[in-house]
Amino acid sequence: MSSAIDVTGVVKTFGSVRALDGLNLSVATGEVHGFLGPNGAGKSTAIRVLLGQLHADSGSATVLGGDPWRDAVDLHRRLAYVPGDVNLWPNLSGGEVIDLLARLRGGINRARRDELIERFELDPRKKGRAYSKGNRQKVAIVAALAADVELLILDEPTTGLDPLMEAVFQDCINTVKNQGRTVLLSSHILSEVEALCDRVSIIRSGVVVESGTLPELRHLTRTAINAELDTVPTGLAAANGVHDLVAEGSRVHFDVDSAELNRVLRVLVEGGIRSLTATPPTLEELFLRHYGDQVDDTPADAEGRTQAAATEAAQTFGRHEVSTR
Amino acid sequence: MTAIALDRPVVGRRATRDRLTGTWTMIKLDLRRERVPLLVWVLGISAVAASTFSTIAALYPNEADRAALVASIAVNPAFLAITGPINGTSIGAVSAWRVGAVGTSLIGLMAIFIVIRRTRADEETGRTELLASAVVGRAAPLAAAVGVAIGASVTIGLLTALAGIGSGQSALGSIAFGAAMAGCGLVFAGVAAITAQLAENSRTAIGIACAVLAGCYGLRAIGDVQNSLGWLTWLSPQGWASHISPFSQDNLLVLALFLLVTALCLLAAGLLLEHRDLGLGFFPARLGPATNPRLTGPDALAARLQRGSLLGWLVGLILLGAVTGGVASTSTSLLVDNPQLEDLLAKIGGAGAINDMLLATMGAIAGLVIGGYAIAAALRMSGEETADRIAPVLAAAVSRPRWMFGHLAFVVAGPIVLLTAAGLVAGVLNGLQVEDFGAGFAAALGAMVVQIPATLVLGGLAVALFGWLPRLAPLAWAALVLALFVGQLGQLLQLPQWLMDVSPYTHIPLVPTQDIRWWPLIILSAIAAALIAAGVVGFRRRDVG
Repeated sequence: MSSAIDVTGVVKTFGSVRALDGLNLSVATGEVHGFLGPNGAGKSTAIRVLLGQLHADSGSATVLGGDPWRDAVDLHRRLAYVPGDVNLWPNLSGGEVIDLLARLRGGINRARRDELIERFELDPRKKGRAYSKGNRQKVAIVAALAADVELLILDEPTTGLDPLMEAVFQDCINTVKNQGRTVLLSSHILSEVEALCDRVSIIRSGVVVESGTLPELRHLTRTAINAELDTVPTGLAAANGVHDLVAEGSRVHFDVDSAELNRVLRVLVEGGIRSLTATPPTLEELFLRHYGDQVDDTPADAEGRTQAAATEAAQTFGRHEVSTR
Repeated sequence: MTAIALDRPVVGRRATRDRLTGTWTMIKLDLRRERVPLLVWVLGISAVAASTFSTIAALYPNEADRAALVASIAVNPAFLAITGPINGTSIGAVSAWRVGAVGTSLIGLMAIFIVIRRTRADEETGRTELLASAVVGRAAPLAAAVGVAIGASVTIGLLTALAGIGSGQSALGSIAFGAAMAGCGLVFAGVAAITAQLAENSRTAIGIACAVLAGCYGLRAIGDVQNSLGWLTWLSPQGWASHISPFSQDNLLVLALFLLVTALCLLAAGLLLEHRDLGLGFFPARLGPATNPRLTGPDALAARLQRGSLLGWLVGLILLGAVTGGVASTSTSLLVDNPQLEDLLAKIGGAGAINDMLLATMGAIAGLVIGGYAIAAALRMSGEETADRIAPVLAAAVSRPRWMFGHLAFVVAGPIVLLTAAGLVAGVLNGLQVEDFGAGFAAALGAMVVQIPATLVLGGLAVALFGWLPRLAPLAWAALVLALFVGQLGQLLQLPQWLMDVSPYTHIPLVPTQDIRWWPLIILSAIAAALIAAGVVGFRRRDVG
């Protein structure tokens, strides 16, 4: 079995809202898969479908070879989950919650539990109502990491953690990865995704608009070029794949579709290169490219914008298909 | 130096004002948040009060009829315990007695729920923290919640008074009656203001306040039945409402008691508020165990979440059983030196019959109360889901029926345990007072346990709603209110039989006054089982969260 999670064309609607609109997602066994998307893109909805808590309207989803709705209990013995917003029972201590969740899953590795509590500097005696957001999050993380499971489903697990704890968390996930276990990591902390993930899927308005390894995703986008030339070649502005060209005397600055990089560089060489820097896009730029237009989102014209967003997403998707051909 | 000295008193006064900054805005927010419950409470209680005047006038048109009613109530400890005595024979006095008995406690419940939902419950969820960071005084949320509760109580009082005047009763009596109703709302708003400061979570705060309300009702009941303990009625707001004696003596001075006690409660609440931190209770938080080997599965978790409230209810029901058994035992002594009433007594069926009637009536009350427990126990599941604590449990290897099982055990076994406990206590006390211990014991125990199937139907209804229409699950409370309405006022208001039959309690035989009939009990139990099963099926099929 090569894929731990396989989702094809899943649709989930809440009333008139299409939270998932034909979602496709594939997570291979043994990989750490980043699940990126802005607030409200459908990440948590997708995860709750994978956990069998929501019933998909249509499409198919497979988790560890089983149906997440029908085989929920059997599958849950083999996976652990950290919710994005951890709510604890106000009158149960953190230690009690960790024990309970571990036992509900089938058993507890006491040594690992105690080690994790120590590493995350968690006081397990405090009652649920007394924990801060970060500490509630730690309770759920410790409970999940202490479990001997094949698959970890983590929904923005590090929101509220301080940078030191974030580092401990990344360390733990790397250990999990080395053990050959699978992780689905929903996040919008891009540095975390860049540091941990083998592959990334970017979701928007309930559809995955990008999926692949980071180098692949970079390949699909533009590289920023800064060059100082003897003369600016006349064909540069018209060359395929060149965008936002700014020429100041002999200095040029432009973005180029990564697929056209070779051809454009040849054009540059004609002008005689004196210095050249090429910057591959960061994940952040990838992300902003897809979601940048949501910054000024206002509820007043949300509907129109959703329409525009869907169109833009479709175009983005289309362009990549063209460029990878 | 002089400037500071001059400023000081100003600072003090300003500090008091600052604590209340934003109260008006908070009142508007509370009115918005509570608009549906407020409308239901205010219109519901006022409508019952208004309709009672015309019903009493229609049912007992002659002074002589009403005098007979007053006399029969005076010798019937069951009625004395539940409704208190009738002060006068006018239509107004009889109506005030009928409404006041339950209405004063209902208005108190309304005040408790409004105040705690808008203070401690908001604080618990962190909403108050968000508001308190704005320009809002520390005491503003409490002042606003109490203000809304008092406003609602006064509105009900005004509507009740207008209904009395409109139906041709004396204006002074109508106003006195309306004021007595409103006064009870005021006092329990004050009580809730205090418990909201003491308890760290709203469930406990509501529980303590309701226990105080039930305790006050019990004090009045004992005081009204036992002449030697009559002073106890002066310790209870419901008792004060009766002492005002609207449409008869109109002792308006008693109203001062309501105002005085409310003011004292609010002062105490304000002082407690000054000395505690936002979000915390008055008692320091304790640490829990770092590990717990007994918390082994979903059932243990459900037991942990449900046991506290079950224990609280158990204490209450044991007290109710004690009051029932104790009051029943005095019912015969009440009549010994009253030859005038021997005649009436014989008509009803003798002292034994009165004793049985009291047991049956107390059993019916216990049944309604425990119906509330069954609903609350079932809605605990709803609470776990809305607070999103269900997701991590269901994400572990726990099937949905498995998760429900522990809670359902409380929905089913809770009412059985509680009513049996009340029945045992009442049975022993009653048995010791009558000649035949066995018969007395069985009569009191039977009066309580016969209610079990009806309570299970209400619990089952809440489970079914949770399974199929989770958003509407709190509507199960409406079913309890309907049952209360039908049971308490159905015959008086001459409601159609089909409406009476909707309430499961209508079908419960009045043990020990009537012989036990098994078929209704079996059918009710089957309905309860079907509702619970339907709830499990529904919850398996629906989306969670």
